[in-house]
Amino acid sequence: MTSTRALDGLVLAALVAFPLLAPGYLDLGTRMVILALCAMSLDLLVGYCGLVMLGHAAFFGTGAYAAGIFALRAWDEPLAGLVVGGAAAALLAVMSGVVLLRSRRLTLIMLSLATVLLVQEAANKMTWLTGGADGLQGISMGPVAGLFVFDLLGRVSYVYAAVVLALSFLAFRTVVDSTFGRSLVGIRENEARMHALGTPVDARLRTALVISATLAGIAGALQAQVAEFVALNAVSVEFSGEILIMLILGGAGRRYGALLGAPVYVFMQDYLAREDPTNWYLWIGLMLLAIVFFAPGGLTAWLAGLARRVRRTHE
Amino acid sequence: MILYLLAVGLSVTLGLMRFINLAHGVFAMAGGYLTVTAMARFGIPFLPSVALAVVLVALAGMLLERFLYRRLYQAPILEQVLFSIGLIFVSIAIARYFFGPLAQPIALPPWLSGPVDIGIGAFPAYRVFLIAVGAMLALAIWAAVERSRFGASIRAAVDNRRMAEAVGIDVNRVFMISFGLGTALAALGGSLGADLLPIYPGYPNDYLVYFLIVVAVAGLGNLRGAFFVALAFGIVDTTVRYFLPEVGRVLIFLLVMAVLFHKPHGFAPRTEA
Repeated sequence: MTSTRALDGLVLAALVAFPLLAPGYLDLGTRMVILALCAMSLDLLVGYCGLVMLGHAAFFGTGAYAAGIFALRAWDEPLAGLVVGGAAAALLAVMSGVVLLRSRRLTLIMLSLATVLLVQEAANKMTWLTGGADGLQGISMGPVAGLFVFDLLGRVSYVYAAVVLALSFLAFRTVVDSTFGRSLVGIRENEARMHALGTPVDARLRTALVISATLAGIAGALQAQVAEFVALNAVSVEFSGEILIMLILGGAGRRYGALLGAPVYVFMQDYLAREDPTNWYLWIGLMLLAIVFFAPGGLTAWLAGLARRVRRTHE
Repeated sequence: MILYLLAVGLSVTLGLMRFINLAHGVFAMAGGYLTVTAMARFGIPFLPSVALAVVLVALAGMLLERFLYRRLYQAPILEQVLFSIGLIFVSIAIARYFFGPLAQPIALPPWLSGPVDIGIGAFPAYRVFLIAVGAMLALAIWAAVERSRFGASIRAAVDNRRMAEAVGIDVNRVFMISFGLGTALAALGGSLGADLLPIYPGYPNDYLVYFLIVVAVAGLGNLRGAFFVALAFGIVDTTVRYFLPEVGRVLIFLLVMAVLFHKPHGFAPRTEA
């Protein structure tokens, strides 16, 4: 088995190499980083807890709006904004978790959809706070930690986002490798048995939800800060679906899935949308169907399979 | 009432077959498009168009079931969800390609437009028609499922697939037909409702939540409950929008959450899990 240290090193190398290899595409890179963070947070819920939900945009959007409003009205230091965004999303998770985690399967999907729509509706109507359908505009960010001013080329944005992603990935990995993380997998595999073992299932799931939401909120805050704008469709069902797709593309529950899936998706979207914008949905739909029938583990599973076969021929 | 039509079809496929089919709206949309096309391009009058659309969609549904859905019955939820989403995306793309992104206007036949006096006052004929159809259908479905032999075999197949097979029920065929029925109902809802809920490529996405809400609150497979929940939903939604438009949909979602908080499985009668 490939050492995970090596793979982690690969991720770090990729993050560092990107701006060197593609200096004109920093905006794209930053977007990839932010969405990778968001997809990673969803992985905790979908991949490790086995809770399929379509409401993640609610956490992302809440974080984005919270950070945006905070920068606009209180203090424009970015790191503080991250904290605010994460906290806001965590709060939403605590409140909605009470209802959401009482259900599974279809009801859970439906409730998570309802949550996104609720937040979206609230954001839409509270124009005085959120800018409504026009989005939250006029945010201007101060320098990161008072030192690094955001430059027009997007360099600081990229490094800022990449560092946040790297640290979050470390946190994610720690959670996933811990006993807590293993118990989540246990819950995913056989909830009844976990109950029988005496595991506090509900408490674990709630904690996982909060952690996941916090990370997503941080991603949202990053987005708001880097773009200096929050669009209403950051809280949409379509966006929720996109995050899920990114995760699945990479492979859920496989640690690196989000990190692989998000960049690939963003790249494809950029490329295909330029070449053939009307048929984007068609390609994505077909790709999804292909994944479901041929490669349920996503790209990471496929790559792992390749690696295994290569190693076997060398023995 | 349209909501009932759409949702009951979903309750059938979901509740009876336990498959997370988020693409249900696709079949409704397909029904709507077919009806509109039949009327506009071929000049077929309203009711026959609807009938034609329903039959075509049901056939398509059964084909899809036979070749695609069936392979995923045992698959984990995630795969089923992804499959439905993939289906939704592909159909949205196809719809947009053939029909363009705008809503389809539908020319209601003259006997449906305009008011109708049903004793207590004049109501738009269209609405009355929808309500009447909905009610009749509810009765028909109830009769079919509770009383008929086919209905019994559906219930048997769902409760205990192996036993049903052992007794000689061809479960595959039963599932295929019920799926066809579910999609037929969706198409019916989409076609009949085309004036109220316009047909455009985003149809499945936007209205998905509403069908899901009705099904989830009523409880999976609770067809009778779906009727009442859809009714209640329609009434509450309209009332809220009329009296408190600023609140919009927030209230109804909160209400749904509150209901599900108390009854996480909806109002379905508790059979063995």
